[in-house]
Amino acid sequence: MPMSDCVAYYPGCSLEGLAVEYDVSTRAVCRALGLTLVELNDWNCCGSSPASLHEPMLSAALAGRNLLLAQENHLNTVMTPCPGCLKALKGAIKIRDSHPEALAQALGRPLSEQVHAVSVLQLLYEKVGPEALSRAVRRGFDGLPVVPYYGCLLTRPQAVARFDDPENPVSMDRLLEAVGCTVPDFPFKTECCGATSGITRSDIVSRLSGRILDMAQRSGARAIVVACPLCQQNLDLRQAQAEKAMGTRFGIPVFYLTQVIGWALGLPQKDLGLEKLIVPGDGLLPAREPPEPSES
Amino acid sequence: MRIGVFVCRCGTNIAGTVDTQAVAAGALASPDVVYATELLYTCSEPGQQEIQNAVLTHRLQGVVVAACSPRMHELTFRRAVEKAGLNRYLLEMANIREHVSWIGQDKAANTEKALELVRMAVAKVRRNEPLFGSQVPLTKRVMVIGGGVAGIQAALDCADAGLDVVLVEREPTIGGKMAKLDKTFPTIDCSSCILGPKMVDVAQKENITLHAATEVESLSGTIGNFTVTLRKKAVYVDWDACTGCGLCMEKCPSKKNPDGFNEGLGAAPAIRIPFPQAIPKKAHIDRSACRYFSTGKCRVCQKICPVGAVRFDMEDRQVVEHVGAIIVATGYDLFDPAAYGEYGAGRYPDVITAMQFERILSASGPYGGHIRRPSDGREPRDIVFVACVGSRDKSVNRPYCSGVCCMVIAKQAILARDHLPEARCYVFYMDIRAPGKNYDEFVRRAVEEYGVQYIRGRVGKIYPKGERLVVQGADTLLGARVEVDADLVVLATGVEPSRGARELAEKLHISADTNGFFMEGHPKLKPVETNTAGIYLAGACQGPKDIPASVAQGSAAAAKVLALFARDSIATDPQTAHVMEKVCIGCGKCLSVCPFGAIQWKTLRDGTKKAQVLETVCQGCGLCNATCPPKAVQLNHFTDDQILAQLETLCA
Repeated sequence: MPMSDCVAYYPGCSLEGLAVEYDVSTRAVCRALGLTLVELNDWNCCGSSPASLHEPMLSAALAGRNLLLAQENHLNTVMTPCPGCLKALKGAIKIRDSHPEALAQALGRPLSEQVHAVSVLQLLYEKVGPEALSRAVRRGFDGLPVVPYYGCLLTRPQAVARFDDPENPVSMDRLLEAVGCTVPDFPFKTECCGATSGITRSDIVSRLSGRILDMAQRSGARAIVVACPLCQQNLDLRQAQAEKAMGTRFGIPVFYLTQVIGWALGLPQKDLGLEKLIVPGDGLLPAREPPEPSES
Repeated sequence: MRIGVFVCRCGTNIAGTVDTQAVAAGALASPDVVYATELLYTCSEPGQQEIQNAVLTHRLQGVVVAACSPRMHELTFRRAVEKAGLNRYLLEMANIREHVSWIGQDKAANTEKALELVRMAVAKVRRNEPLFGSQVPLTKRVMVIGGGVAGIQAALDCADAGLDVVLVEREPTIGGKMAKLDKTFPTIDCSSCILGPKMVDVAQKENITLHAATEVESLSGTIGNFTVTLRKKAVYVDWDACTGCGLCMEKCPSKKNPDGFNEGLGAAPAIRIPFPQAIPKKAHIDRSACRYFSTGKCRVCQKICPVGAVRFDMEDRQVVEHVGAIIVATGYDLFDPAAYGEYGAGRYPDVITAMQFERILSASGPYGGHIRRPSDGREPRDIVFVACVGSRDKSVNRPYCSGVCCMVIAKQAILARDHLPEARCYVFYMDIRAPGKNYDEFVRRAVEEYGVQYIRGRVGKIYPKGERLVVQGADTLLGARVEVDADLVVLATGVEPSRGARELAEKLHISADTNGFFMEGHPKLKPVETNTAGIYLAGACQGPKDIPASVAQGSAAAAKVLALFARDSIATDPQTAHVMEKVCIGCGKCLSVCPFGAIQWKTLRDGTKKAQVLETVCQGCGLCNATCPPKAVQLNHFTDDQILAQLETLCA
C-alpha cells in the first residue's frame, strides 16, 4: 500500500454514538476502494460550534492538535466524515495559512503546510472519482431516483471549504450517478435542515426539514442521501415530527452516502449499519446478489 | 552650470508634512545650485512667473522643481522654462508629494527624503543636455475599433469633419449591444429606430471604410503614424458579391442552431444575416453549425445563391491600415450568471438574463415581441427582476456597480406591464442608482404609475415548484423573509470588460484597471485619452456606461482626434534611444527585445552591421539600453551617466 493511499481518519464524536453506521460504512467503503484509514491515536474533540463561537484560536488549537497528530504520523490528508469537524479542521488550516506563528504558539509546534483536511465526500470524489467508482460497482442501483442533500457546511463558507460550488454543489450527484442512481435537480441541496435547533426549538427543525423532505418528494426522489450526522438525524429521526408539522406523510429513507456506495460495491449489510435507519430503506436496495468477482 | 531649485508647498499638501524651507536651504549646499526658494503653488501663474524671473535674474542654466509627480506637471514646467529661454530638457522634477508628503507623517524623515530627492534631481540636471524633437508629417486617417454606438458616433463625427475613417468590428455586423435592445430608457424610444439611421450612415459615408468580422492583430508606430495589422475572418461568403437577399437563410437545412443575436433564445440557420437591419447586410456561415463543414456534404446555399457568393474555401486574411490616431470603443460583455449556483440560470429555462428579456420584448426577437416563457411559451403572470447579479459583489470578483442595471430593470418592468397589463412585476434591489437626467423620475414612474413592487433585499435562492419558480429573498426594510412565486425571473447581469479586452490592451500598449476596463489618462481631466499618445477611448470599454454617456464619449474622442489632426505635423519626442556605432558589436540583442520594432540593421561601408534606432518609432522604454552588453545603446535624457550620478548622490 503506497503511503499516498493512507489517510488519517478523524471520526469525531458523532460517529461514535448517534452516527455509528456512518463510521462503519465509511471504514468499509474506504477499505473496499483501496484507501487505508489510519485512525488518529488519542484524537480529541474538534471544539464544535461552542469553541469557535467562544474564541476562534481555541477552536483552531483543538482542531489543530488533531492535524498535528496526523503530521506526526507522516500523513498529510486528514479525512473526517462529519461536516462540523471538517469545518473546525479546515478553519484551523485557514488560520495556519493566515497566522502561522500564532497557531504554532498555541499548538507548541508549527503545523506543516502539507497537512490538509477533507470530507469523506471530497476524498471519494477526488481520490477515487466517479469513473473509477462506477467500474467498481457490483450492485448497481438501476436508475433509482435519489436526491443528494449536502447541508450547510460541506461546501461553505467557500473560503474555508474550497471544494465544489458553495450554492449548487454537484460532487455527490456525480458519485450517486456513478453507482447507478438517477439524480433529479434538487434545489434544496444546501438549504438549512434546522441544525442544532432540534434541542431548543424542535418546531423550527420540523418546519425546515419538512421543506426539504417535501421538495425531495416533489422532485420524485425515493430516498435522500446525506453526508452529515446532524442532517441525517433531523431528516430521519425527526421525520415523524416533520410529517406532523407539514400534515403529510413522507416515508423517505435517508441514507448516508457511504451506505449507498457500500451497497453498490457489494458490501454486506452488517458493514453498512442499515438497520440503524429509522425510516427503513431496505426495500429500495437492489436485492440482486453481487456476482462473483471473476464474472465481472 | 548655474542651477535653481524651486520647492513647492502645494498649499498644505506638501508643506503639511515636509519642511519645504529646510529643503530649499539644504539644496543650496548641492554643487552648482546658485538659487533655491520655496513657493506656495509653483504650478500657478505667479509660481511659473517666479521661475522665469529667476532664470533671467540668476542666469540659470538648469532648473529643479520639487513638487508633485511629473505625470501631473512636468509639461507645465517644461513650457515655463522654455518661455524663459532654456531648453525644456534642462528641467528636472523631484516628486516630493506622491512619493513623500502624501505617504508619510514623520515630518523630519519626510524632509530628509525630500532633500535627498532634490539632490538627486540636481545631480541629474547637471548632466542633462538640450534635446530637440523633429517634426514628422501626420497620417490624417483615424481607426475606430468597435462598432457599437460609441464607435459609430466617433466614426460619424470624424467622417463629418472630412477625415478618412477605418471602422473595425469583430462581429459580422456593427450595432453592438444597442442593436439588441428593444427600447431605451428613460424615454422608451425604440432602440433600433434611433440606432438604425446611424448604422446606415456608416454604410453610406464614402470616407468610412468598414471592416466587419475583423480583429486587430498587431500595432506598430506612434501617434500620427500607426500601422495596424487586421485579420479579416473567413465568413465563407464573398461580401462584394452578396446582395443580402436572404435566400440562403431560407434554404439552409441546418436551422436549429443557437441564435447568438437572440441570446440563445430561438434558432438560427448556419448561414445567416444576424438581423434584418445588419450593416453590412451580408450573410456569413457559422462554421460550427454548417453541415458542409461537419460532414463534407450539403452545399445547398452555394447551389441556390443567385450571385454565387458562397466560398467554402475562404480563409482569414490580413489587411494593413495606416492611421494617425486610434479610438478604442470595444464596449462590454455581460456577466455569466451561472456563477450564482443558487439562482439556477442555465438549469431552469425560465430564469433568464435581462438581455434575453430584451430580445423577448423586441418585435424582431424570438417570440415576435410577445412576452412568453422560454419553457412552455405561456404568458407570465408574475415576473421577478433581480438586480446586481454580478455587480457590487466581491464574492464573484465584481466589486463595482454596473451603473445601468437599475434603469434597465425599471424600463423592462414598465414594458412588461405595458405588454401584459395583468402581470405583476417585482424588483429585488440593493439600492436604486438613477443619477442621470430624468432617470430617478423614470424609476418613480415604474413604482407609482406602473405599480412595480420594489423589494429592498437580496435574493438567496430560486427554485422550481411545479411549473412555477419560487424566489426566496429578504426584505431588509421590513426585516422579513419573503417568498415570491414567479413565472419568469429576469436577472440583471452586470457589465464586464469585453472578452479579449486584456489582449487588445497589450497589443495597443494601453493599460487596463484591476477590473479589466481600459484606463483613462486621468480619472477626471482626461476621460477619453489613454496614456499612449494618439490612442483614445470611448464608451463602456473604459467602465460601465449607458447610451447617452457612450455617445458623449464617442463625440469627445472624435474631438480629440480632430484637435490632433488640426496640425500638419507632429513634434517627435527626443527621449529616444540612440546607438553609439563605435561601441556597438552588432550582436542584435536590442533588435530582439524592442517591443515596437524600432531597431533595425544598418550596414556600414566596410560591410559591418550595426543597430540603428528609428527615432519616429522608438517609444523610449529603455529595454535596449538595459540589454546592450557593451552599453552602446543610450536613452536620451536617461543615459547611464545621468542615472548613475543620481544613485551616487543618493548613496554618498
